[in-house]
Amino acid sequence: MTGWQALASPRFLVSSWPWRAYLYLFTSVPVGLVTICVLIGLAATSAVLSPIVIGILLLPVFPLTGVVIGRAERWRAGLMLLDGIKSPHAVTPVSLTLREKLKFRRREQASMRELGYGFLLGLLVWPFSAAVAGISATALGITLVSPILADTEEVGMGPWTLDTVGEGLLFAVTFGPVFYVVSSYLVGVLAAAEASLAKAMLGPRQEELQRNVAELRRSRLDLVDAFETERARIERHLHDGVQQRLVGLTMTLGLAELDLPEGEGRRLVVKAHSEAEAALADLREAVRGIHPRVLIDLGLEAAIREVADRSPLPTSVSVTLDSRLPPPIEAAAYFVASEALSNVAKHAQARTCQVWGRREGDMLVLSVTDDGVGGATVGAGSGLTGLVTRLDALGGTLVVDSPPGGPTRLRMECPCRLGD
Amino acid sequence: MPTRRLSIVLAEDSLLLREGLASILDRAGHEVRDSVGDGDTLLAVVRKEPPDLVITDVRMPPGHSDEGLRAAAAIRAEFPTIGIVVLSQYVADAYLSSLLESTTGGIGYLLKDRVGHVAEFLESLDRVASGGTVVDPEVVRQLLSRRRNDGPLAALTPRELEVLGLMAEGRVNGAIAQQLVVSEAAVRKHVGNIFAKLQLDDGLDRRVSAVLTYLRG
Repeated sequence: MTGWQALASPRFLVSSWPWRAYLYLFTSVPVGLVTICVLIGLAATSAVLSPIVIGILLLPVFPLTGVVIGRAERWRAGLMLLDGIKSPHAVTPVSLTLREKLKFRRREQASMRELGYGFLLGLLVWPFSAAVAGISATALGITLVSPILADTEEVGMGPWTLDTVGEGLLFAVTFGPVFYVVSSYLVGVLAAAEASLAKAMLGPRQEELQRNVAELRRSRLDLVDAFETERARIERHLHDGVQQRLVGLTMTLGLAELDLPEGEGRRLVVKAHSEAEAALADLREAVRGIHPRVLIDLGLEAAIREVADRSPLPTSVSVTLDSRLPPPIEAAAYFVASEALSNVAKHAQARTCQVWGRREGDMLVLSVTDDGVGGATVGAGSGLTGLVTRLDALGGTLVVDSPPGGPTRLRMECPCRLGD
Repeated sequence: MPTRRLSIVLAEDSLLLREGLASILDRAGHEVRDSVGDGDTLLAVVRKEPPDLVITDVRMPPGHSDEGLRAAAAIRAEFPTIGIVVLSQYVADAYLSSLLESTTGGIGYLLKDRVGHVAEFLESLDRVASGGTVVDPEVVRQLLSRRRNDGPLAALTPRELEVLGLMAEGRVNGAIAQQLVVSEAAVRKHVGNIFAKLQLDDGLDRRVSAVLTYLRG
């Protein structure tokens, strides 16, 4: 709710809004005074010190003062704008040092707007607010206490002179409500206008809002990227560490088999050997699910071919890409194909399946089509749900067209570049 | 045990596996002339004094991608008579194409797990050293599964498919007969049928690459 909406409401006079308006106008006085003192002080100091470079060095402090003013004033505007005013400042990356962060803030356009608002507040807004709110509060106050005043002395009220309690009471009852109504609306309008001014100057502009959206996408992308890096690290660790040791173990066991005579001991070593091989096969399968080596080494086409080869279903693959894509995109496409093929094998009762992939303009398009029973959805506990989120962060989409009775066609589209 | 003593250069960046391999080869009576940890050193060592056989990992420093494969291709170009066995942590038939291009034999592509089956592994080395081709059964399985719904392959009987797989692994008729517990004459008949159905030329020296080329489509 805003001050303007409150003014339009029939309950304005009996709500807390007139008092909020007074509070808003009166609190502008100390804030405005402090602001103008600081700004004039700063200006004077830098003028005095300008012959010795320090004064010039102080100039960058002005926009930062603007940032502080903006912050205080956005908070104060909460009195008149219940939703508050959003900060127009960009989020500074965590990695920056304090010095870099200050530099970043100083260069923002929003900081200069806030500084401008500071001057406006210090020079015009607070004196005007103080005058209007002061006069109307005084007028209202005197009207209400006029019976008491009239008891002790004669009080001149415009054309009338009140000299008894009765007359004072009559005056207060007659004019008190009128003054209350008039002054409340007057103060309300002024406060609402000032809050609107604050919002216009201290809130985010359209492009700043758009930038925030872009930042949000960027940070989601960073997350996907970090996720990808982490998977690659785990894969490498398993590949270079555990897997090598298991291979070493199978070699040693193989040698031991040669030396041992037929018998229980040899039988056990042979058993241990095949168990080590099974562990190796399991590990290889797990690594494939984390971050397939073929994908890293040879790209999407070869990796999807591999998945298709492992599928129990005859699967034809036609994926042609003229160049490698950024790793998060390749990984997303790979896992979409892999998940889709495993779903087809599990649920579709299909006889054949086709994977098709091309680059169409700036988009990577991948489709998986089967001749099964249909009725598939992205939700319904399929592993595709997580992939949709992942694609979303990359700016991509996943559509499943699967009428009952089939066929099922899954189509993935994803921009070929990150951060577009 | 080996038919002849081979001089071997070993390239593998994991110390653990390098030592494991060296001890297996040592025990088999082969001479491990050098063991190195990266592709460039491998090339340098081979150029200094060509060995009979090179065993190399696919992935090695500095890039940890396909340094071993590239070194293998370079060696093959310079010294066509040196047998080359490429070991891989996982199989991808995509690697196979770069190995089999422009070569008719003396090449092996094996999963590292196979090394543990010492007798078979040593036999594979002998075959490669004497100009044969050895392809990991896992790779062959992948290739067969890719082509299984194609017309000609669907025309093969299950037994013929088995024979085709063993042929693709690089086995000779005698070995196939032993493996399937049938007579060599029966294997020859199957091979004849396969080549007829797939319309391939049965030149014995080129048959592995013919089969693999066919399977790779």
